[in-house]
Amino acid sequence: MTVIRVPLSWLNDFVDIHDLDPIELAERLTLAGLEVEHIRWVGLNPSPRYHVPPERMDEADGLPWEQDKIFVGEIIRTERHPDADRLLLATVEYGGPKPMTIITGAPNLRPGDTMIKIAFAVIGARLVDPYADSYKTMVLKAGKIRGIQSEGMACSEKELGISEEHEGIILLPVNAPVGMSLADYMGDAVLEMDLTPNLARNLNILGVAREVAALYDRPLKRSQVELASLAGIVHPEEMPRPQGPAAPFTRIVIEDPDLCPRYTATLIRDVEIGPSPGWVQDRLRKAGVRPISNIVDATNYVMLEWGQPTHAFDYDLLVERARQALAESDDSSGRSLRSTPEGLTEPVLPTIIMRRARPGEKMTTLDGVERQLTTDMLMITDTLGPIAVGGVMGGLETEVNEHTRNVLLEAAAFDYINNRRTSQALRLPSEATARFSKGISPEMTVPAGQRCARMMADLAAGTVVEGIEDCYPLPQPSVQVEITPAEVRRILGMDVPAAQMRDILQRLEFTVEDVESATAPQGAETAPLRVTVPWFRLDVSIPADLIEEIVRVIGYDTLPTTLMDDALPPQWRNWALEGREQVRDLLMGAGLQDSISYALIGPEMNRKLLAAQGEPVYDALASRAPADALLPLILDPATLVRLENPLTPATDRLRSTLLGSMLNALAANLRTVGRVALFEIGKVYWPLPGELLPAEPEHVAIALAGPREAGAWLNRNDTLMDFFDLKGVVEELLERLGLLGDVRFEPAIHPLFGPKAAQALLKGRPIGVLGEVHPAVRRAFDLPDQRAAVAELRLAPLAAAASARQKMRPLSSFPAIKEDLALLVDESVTAEQVEQAIRQGGGSLLRQVTLFDVYRGKQVPAGKKSLAYALTFQADDKTLKDADVEKVRRRIVARLGQTVGAELRA
Amino acid sequence: MQDLQRVRDEAMAGLAAAGDEAALEAWRIQYLGRKGQVLELLRAIPDLPADERPSFGQAANALKGELTAAFDERQQVVAQAKLAAELAAEGVDVTLPGRRPQLGRLHPSTQTLREIYDIFAVMGFQVYTSPDVETDQYNFELLNMPPGHPARDMWDTFYTTTPGVIMRTHTSPGQIHAMRDLGPDKPIRVILPGMCYRYEQVTARSEMMFHQVEGLAIGRNITMADLKGVIVEFANQIYGAGRKLRFRCSHFPFTEPSVEADVDCILCGGKGCAVCKYTGWLEIMGAGMVHPTVLRNGGYDPGEWSGFAFGMGPERITMLKHGITDIRYFFGNDVRFLEQFG
Ligand SMILES: [Zn+2]
Repeated sequence: MTVIRVPLSWLNDFVDIHDLDPIELAERLTLAGLEVEHIRWVGLNPSPRYHVPPERMDEADGLPWEQDKIFVGEIIRTERHPDADRLLLATVEYGGPKPMTIITGAPNLRPGDTMIKIAFAVIGARLVDPYADSYKTMVLKAGKIRGIQSEGMACSEKELGISEEHEGIILLPVNAPVGMSLADYMGDAVLEMDLTPNLARNLNILGVAREVAALYDRPLKRSQVELASLAGIVHPEEMPRPQGPAAPFTRIVIEDPDLCPRYTATLIRDVEIGPSPGWVQDRLRKAGVRPISNIVDATNYVMLEWGQPTHAFDYDLLVERARQALAESDDSSGRSLRSTPEGLTEPVLPTIIMRRARPGEKMTTLDGVERQLTTDMLMITDTLGPIAVGGVMGGLETEVNEHTRNVLLEAAAFDYINNRRTSQALRLPSEATARFSKGISPEMTVPAGQRCARMMADLAAGTVVEGIEDCYPLPQPSVQVEITPAEVRRILGMDVPAAQMRDILQRLEFTVEDVESATAPQGAETAPLRVTVPWFRLDVSIPADLIEEIVRVIGYDTLPTTLMDDALPPQWRNWALEGREQVRDLLMGAGLQDSISYALIGPEMNRKLLAAQGEPVYDALASRAPADALLPLILDPATLVRLENPLTPATDRLRSTLLGSMLNALAANLRTVGRVALFEIGKVYWPLPGELLPAEPEHVAIALAGPREAGAWLNRNDTLMDFFDLKGVVEELLERLGLLGDVRFEPAIHPLFGPKAAQALLKGRPIGVLGEVHPAVRRAFDLPDQRAAVAELRLAPLAAAASARQKMRPLSSFPAIKEDLALLVDESVTAEQVEQAIRQGGGSLLRQVTLFDVYRGKQVPAGKKSLAYALTFQADDKTLKDADVEKVRRRIVARLGQTVGAELRA
Repeated sequence: MQDLQRVRDEAMAGLAAAGDEAALEAWRIQYLGRKGQVLELLRAIPDLPADERPSFGQAANALKGELTAAFDERQQVVAQAKLAAELAAEGVDVTLPGRRPQLGRLHPSTQTLREIYDIFAVMGFQVYTSPDVETDQYNFELLNMPPGHPARDMWDTFYTTTPGVIMRTHTSPGQIHAMRDLGPDKPIRVILPGMCYRYEQVTARSEMMFHQVEGLAIGRNITMADLKGVIVEFANQIYGAGRKLRFRCSHFPFTEPSVEADVDCILCGGKGCAVCKYTGWLEIMGAGMVHPTVLRNGGYDPGEWSGFAFGMGPERITMLKHGITDIRYFFGNDVRFLEQFG
């Protein structure tokens, strides 16, 4: 996207827009694809359709000049203030009933001055406060200085919001009509446009004027800017080739036409370097370019107006270099300076050579930086070496300077892709590369070069040497596209009559011819049109491009709004998505907050996650079980997907686990709230050996910290959430997905966790880990010194279960009998083993087993623990008798004794 | 008989004085119990002269009936009074907070994404996903942006250290994946949600990571008017009925013609406000007709098939919906932010 600023007064040079509301114009351009982001009012009063209320207008919006308060005025008398040496009294005519007296200290006024036109503001006018630190407006108040009343003010550019200039007051041309409101006389508005890269042709005043002309069906004012050579000619082949000069002033050699298809040069003699006239400076400033000197300003002016960047060389320096090169070659060949038989030195002509840079070649660009060039960069060189990076920046040595008398003006075409690469490689973006890198027709070189040369001559009192040196080895081909009304209809869903298509395309300066076709006679409404693309349009090559041209001029609001009546594609159940969202719903139902964190992490993340490595607790655990049996979450940081251009070192690679960001989120939240229960479903990125792209599995992470119940007055529970709160969430999730029966939990040794850690295995395959965060890891993540429990699970096996259907179990209508069973077992016996034994012993009549107490201590021998279960017995076909239950109970006790050595507790 | 009258008077007086269940029970024992005064009177009948016995017996039985009825009545009154007293004692401060279950919430982006899935599902669009880490080929080249193409500057790209591998800058590479996967020769209607990445300074208005939802419809009879229809339908569903839609010509290398779709500002109704930068319009998505080159790259003959594509940002939609002014909240995981939605 490239921003350009288009002053309406300048635009009006090329197409008559004086009757258009700037806002209406801006909207029309925006709808047609030339987005006007903003309008800056330079004096001109916004129409009532402007939405920003006056009190909210700021520097970017500009300052409208009040019609009844700011005028063209004339100083009819200037004298010294009787009581203040440095102040003047000026008497001003401004169309009011009687002249007014003002007090001014303007350095560009002298006692005795008369007949001077100024911008005159009366008391009450809103102006920019020139002394405020930042942009601020003020209302002009009556002031008295040493006894004399000032009745108004002669304004500076700054006070009128035109520029920062506040040295002197604005001096208007002598023919400015006294009494006219200043807004009517010189009010302007600037359209600030942000253009997409396909609109290279519009990155200039003429290009925007072409659009306005087409959109409003108005003629371009060609005569205004001597566009004669362009009028009506659309085929590049038909463009007239310029006349060469009568006496050659330079030679041009293009060695690499693929990068430089055309190079033209014009010579302007006897220029006087100096400042540009006010109107040029004014236009440049409004367009956002700082005025420098007449020659440089002319190149900028033409670039802004025509879109063709040019470059000015000091011709005499080029001649000097050519002479030097010649001398060097003569020296090396052992001959003296070449001379004619008469002994007169033959005039030495510079030779401009366009070629790729040589290996190791260097050049100092005009910003004073020595640039290392590479062999894919196009250089402008002469016989002595590089003098410019083609279309990017000129060289310091041949730059126009205050002593320049003769200027060689380059207008050339460059390959846009190569130009973009070079400016990116050298980090030299500029207004020129913004244009060259998007493509400019080689045909633009001659008219823009002529315009620029004439302007240089006008602004710097020089003369243009008749004739242009032109080297054009790779002429632009002409492009033709055929289009039918049927194709337009097929894409747009709307009929556009051939006559309308023709009209629109012709307004856009396309040439349109009827073509005969098998199905339609020539000229029929259905017949194809052969469209020749104008030379300045490099963006049109296929029918779809023409369709866009047609519809954007007609206006998209005329497109009908229809419902697709095309065949509905086959629909499918998206189980992966449904499963993921089911998991999300279940976790939300379990009281957890859905969260999303950045996928980009830094190298410190791994260090924090592995903070417990080397800590005694971890090492002691590690000696008991290998960690590599676990789901790999914390991968070797060297293998992670790394960014070449990270925004910050802390976001330079892709995460392989969600837990790092979860722990960060826990830490950040625990600083403001007491209880945090979060989950995230997101991608992790695991490099695959031998593959270009990583695997991107989705994982589920859960994090709990803080009290079990957030603590209202009724159900406050300050016990901190622990491993079993976390496991409960995981169990509930698995249960609801119908997976719990196939999942086993095993103790896990994991660098992230302390001893309270497990891994979950689904049918023997690891699907995740859960545990209480190791204190060392907590410290690394700046977590408070209290329990925090986190889990990470693979999403795929969970989501896959979403499509499984659970089978209904019959409901018994006979009463159930409940009994308690208290056992003593060795510490090493797990609850899983005990429950398994109970269930095996209980058979089909045992319907429910609930562990309701785990006890160690008094009455329990050391090395043992007591487990208490509530058992529920029920039959489907009869009421159970005590004897039935007693039989089953004996079986359970026997089984417990055999398998886990459990004893009944009295 | 005088005894009867005396017992009656005493009993009635006693009953009237019995104010609670205990007193009532004592009264019942005293008068109607097995050793109560009424039975005592009846038991004394055999001792009476024979001629007095019938009338006395009658009167005594009548007294028993009268007292029993009076007792029942009194018992009800006392029970009701007791209930009323109990209820009165149970009165609570109903403004005390209730016992709240702990429920989680969906991330605001998740909520918007689900809305988007639902709205498009009704129109026959199904969800299709593709990778976050993408090749330059899919992210740019196959989308009509050869190396060095100036349009690439529209997307500031994160490059990985593997040449040719980047973080996707948009969900558009999914278009090629979907076409190559679901085609050729079959119509397609999918939305492509996913995370995208841009090499952009993180500010209140721009993020280096954000969701995008791309849409793609391909058929033998898909037009730009259909695209307009789908976007109007979507805008009305997500922003509320009666939305005005505006297409602006724009440019994406992978669509031609290309447009930006705007809806009238949901905050000011089109009058102009700070959110719509006083234009009255809000940009909601980029869209266009799939470029013939892209169709060809996806395996479709652009002479026979046509299609449209669009892309939108769920975070932007969410910001408009909830008046969120800083996009950085979305992935900051601050529960004080997340708990405000849903
Ligand atoms: Zn608004």
